[in-house]
Amino acid sequence: MIKLIGVLIIIIGFILKLDTLAVVVFAGIITGLVAGMSFNEIMKTLGNAFVTNRYMSIFIITLPVIGLLERYGLRERASYLISKIKSATVGRLTSLYLIIRTLSAMFGLRIGGHVQFIRPLILPMAQGAGETRYGEMDEKDKETIKGLAGAVENYGNFFGQNFFVASGGVLLVVGVMKELGYKIEAIDAAKAALPIALIIMVVGTLQFIYYDKKFDIKYKTRMKMKKDLTKNI
Amino acid sequence: MVAFYSVYVTLKDKNHPSRIPTALFWGILGVIFAFSRFGMIWGNKNIKIDDTLIGYLIVLLAILSALKLVKYNKFNESSKEFKVEMSNKIGNKIFIPALALAIIAFVVAQYWTKQLGSLVALGIAAIAALIMAMIITKGKTKEVAEDSRRLLELVGPVSMLPQILAALGSVFTAAGVGAVIADGIKGFVPEGNILFGIIAYCLGMALFTMIMGNAFAAFAVITAGIGVPFVIAQGANPIIASMLGLTSGYCGTLMTPMAANFNIVPTAILEMKDKKYGVIKYQLPVAIIMLVIHIILMYIWAF
Repeated sequence: MIKLIGVLIIIIGFILKLDTLAVVVFAGIITGLVAGMSFNEIMKTLGNAFVTNRYMSIFIITLPVIGLLERYGLRERASYLISKIKSATVGRLTSLYLIIRTLSAMFGLRIGGHVQFIRPLILPMAQGAGETRYGEMDEKDKETIKGLAGAVENYGNFFGQNFFVASGGVLLVVGVMKELGYKIEAIDAAKAALPIALIIMVVGTLQFIYYDKKFDIKYKTRMKMKKDLTKNI
Repeated sequence: MVAFYSVYVTLKDKNHPSRIPTALFWGILGVIFAFSRFGMIWGNKNIKIDDTLIGYLIVLLAILSALKLVKYNKFNESSKEFKVEMSNKIGNKIFIPALALAIIAFVVAQYWTKQLGSLVALGIAAIAALIMAMIITKGKTKEVAEDSRRLLELVGPVSMLPQILAALGSVFTAAGVGAVIADGIKGFVPEGNILFGIIAYCLGMALFTMIMGNAFAAFAVITAGIGVPFVIAQGANPIIASMLGLTSGYCGTLMTPMAANFNIVPTAILEMKDKKYGVIKYQLPVAIIMLVIHIILMYIWAF
């Protein structure tokens, strides 16, 4: 039971908003010591896992391109383009991206990513759609759009990816189940992921449409004024 | 690998102009990335930094981070007017490198995965897209360096969190934390009840993923501890039950700040005010609905 102290340290550390990096390393060391590992043993386990997982920080190599494109007005251009498309709403745009993202993940295509797609393309497009429809939105709603744009990437990515036969999730399921005495074919495991991939597209879209309705109600008067204005002209 | 190596070297150099502890932080990180498996370039895996030493270096990084010594200074970012002016001048061509990044990475990965691996594909795509971007914008090399530094340091020490969490998972496994948790949950689940078994499996996956920040680590532990004895042993289809078990864990991923690369790093990338729950609070209702759907689906479909 005492081994759970690491879990406790992490929970407390996060609640107190202490430095995350330090909390996690500290939790690892304490857990190891409590379990009777030597300090060097803990360091070895920690170091080895960190190095073998270093591909996780791979997004860093895409930063130079995005940085340069942003310097030369990538976001400004995207907002400009979407501002010309009158029918697009925040919800319809994110729903469309959810479908694209889920389908691409299902076929193992890596079309997506917070750094590659959300920040440079989807977020500015959603912001543009919001401003065209409602005019200048308040700070809270701007944060909402950012939150939804961040979330749509995760929905599509998480629940779509396991339909792809060579995905990490499928390989993990096959590997673990084999250790536990159940022989599973990768292609069967992938097929079992299909319903959830379809369901997330529906559930996600419902959420985005809900926020569209919410914005519509909040900025109703402003939208009406805009309509009247164009009528008079 | 060689491609990454050069990227990491430039990364390292860029970080030196700032203050000493900050430079030290990024310098150590650069060294781990570039040299930890240095020998692999010549196909000799024995030339490398000892894992134990890397463990100590990670502790040093954590101390630097804890003492708030890692800071970033002012960046020379282009003005809003300059951006608008350039975006009008360059026009839609500015999207070409952004799309090329994803498309090249995909094409290269699709056709040459066996020879290169998909990560090298991303490296190639990043370099190709950068060259295209520099031609189109006529930007200078110094600006590229400055911009990458700005974005990297903006994302900050958070950027290495996913990796350190994965490392933590391996320490937990080595220490046997998983077995303790599985035993604890076993006490609450009445044996012989299929629905309770399924609920325990799905909730266990989601909760353990939330604590660990990693559904993969949770899957091995919870499937062995709960999934097999309480669901599959009662006659569930092992394929359907295990796959739905894994994606139940993903519902947990949507709800936890521990899944830093999905929920915390994006708040930095999107420059949100709420750095902890900015994305999570919108994912929470969807995650709960999805979790309920998982339980129902497993109950109907796996039996």
